Amino acid sequence: MINGLTLGAIYGLIAIGYTMVYGIIGMINFAHGEVYMIGAFISVITFTILGPFGFASPVLAIVVVLMVALVFTSVYGWTVERIAYRPLRGSFRLAPLISAIGVSIFLQNYVHMLQGAKMKPVQPVVRGGFVLAEEGGFVVQITYLQIGIIAATLVLMAGFTLLIHRTSLGRSQRACEQDRKMAALLGVNVDRTISLTFVMGAALAAVAGLIFTLYYGAVDFFIGFLAGLKAFTAAVLGGIGSLPGAMLGGVLIGLIEAFWSAHFPIAYKDVAVFGILVIVLIFRPTGLLGRPDIEKV
Amino acid sequence: MTAARPLLSVQDVKANYGPVEALRGVSLDVFPGEIVALIGANGAGKSTLLMTICGDPRASAGRVVYDGAEITNTPLHEMVRLGIAQSPEGRRIFPRMSVLENLQMGAFAGDPANFGGDLDRVFRLFPRLAERRDQRAGTMSGGEQQMLAIGRALMSRPRLLLLDEPSLGLAPLLVAQIFATIKEINRSEGVTVLLVEQNAYHALRLAHRGYVLVNGSIRMSGAGSDLLANPDVQKAYLAGGHH
Repeated sequence: MINGLTLGAIYGLIAIGYTMVYGIIGMINFAHGEVYMIGAFISVITFTILGPFGFASPVLAIVVVLMVALVFTSVYGWTVERIAYRPLRGSFRLAPLISAIGVSIFLQNYVHMLQGAKMKPVQPVVRGGFVLAEEGGFVVQITYLQIGIIAATLVLMAGFTLLIHRTSLGRSQRACEQDRKMAALLGVNVDRTISLTFVMGAALAAVAGLIFTLYYGAVDFFIGFLAGLKAFTAAVLGGIGSLPGAMLGGVLIGLIEAFWSAHFPIAYKDVAVFGILVIVLIFRPTGLLGRPDIEKV
Repeated sequence: MTAARPLLSVQDVKANYGPVEALRGVSLDVFPGEIVALIGANGAGKSTLLMTICGDPRASAGRVVYDGAEITNTPLHEMVRLGIAQSPEGRRIFPRMSVLENLQMGAFAGDPANFGGDLDRVFRLFPRLAERRDQRAGTMSGGEQQMLAIGRALMSRPRLLLLDEPSLGLAPLLVAQIFATIKEINRSEGVTVLLVEQNAYHALRLAHRGYVLVNGSIRMSGAGSDLLANPDVQKAYLAGGHH
């Protein structure tokens, strides 16, 4: 259960990036999983550099790594949009999608070449936890790390929902989503707003990457592929374009994976996840929290 | 009035709408404090002209000069900061935002300190919007959406207001109300208005001057009352009664 929630938090954070970008430009950013992978790598590298100085305080170390990961990953997100998507804006719908797949392959291989194909490990930074229940040598415990991850995810989720619904920036993002030309007529710099959306998505992916690093202790260049696919599934499951939907989808997928792994053959856990997706899409094509568009013209 | 410098001067502007040449060298002037009506049949290029003034589609030839400075190639999102606001063809309100949020978008480029006062002003002009404040804009009636589109344009405190078919699809009573409001905005606040209308009778009665656009070029121009009295205009645009 707790493991599922933690995993779900990671998927949810990545899924928000998919959903926000889809919301604003109607495009699936298939390179988003790779941006997350890069976030994880930057976290590993920063931890490794910090290592010799010792972690006087794990909290401090995490904060430093988070800052570095946020900055660099955001730069990646921004650059990808600038180079691979913006020039294609206004061309046919499939073009940026193909470009996204290209970026995804490029980033995978780029990290592969720079960092090698081996797993990169880090020392565990946060140890210990609470024991929730103990019965005949069978211990149920929640680690401090898991508490931190779930708390951080809740805070980020709430923060982003407020940002989108209550601030001027969020309003201009929604305006761009609904009518780009009209938004521009009202003074919104559409290109900049789209860039910012990519940066925000990348920042969340960086957080997810850091969480992955802390939680699993090792990363390789291929983690973005499956995580990206599953986060995309989470976004679709929850209703693409919906922020709470992305989070809900992420948590559901995390839980399904955890339960399946506990009770059924672990090799089929991905089949279970994508099977659920198929079933939901058959009965609710707009996803769980997606909206059917009712508009008067 | 003609001795003053025009607030907006469109000089021999050509523009394409897709592959179609929609404007074939249009020139017109709008002076400060005026209401100018642009009338013409469907497809004459009226809406394209309003959009071209704002820069999308861009003029392929000619110049657009605003307040003495050329704005032919100024980015779209700069226009509102220069004082140009548009209530465009099809209204283009944000359907999945509330009425209030639409008005907040209208004030996007403005000084937040003015927001409260400007909101009250729009709600005074259109009390209906105040009642619907938290309703999703897309679920409102056509007339209410029209009020919202005009209100949103006013939220930026424009010097030049471009209105595209404010009477389209409205009940006659509402048409009269919208035109009265436009007059009010112009007279009491000095906002210059360029108005595109198919409803030529109302538009020419309201406007100081008018232009007739035919197939992407100006066919006639003159004082609103003169155009109203012109037999050609009457025959082409006023036949079928005064609605």
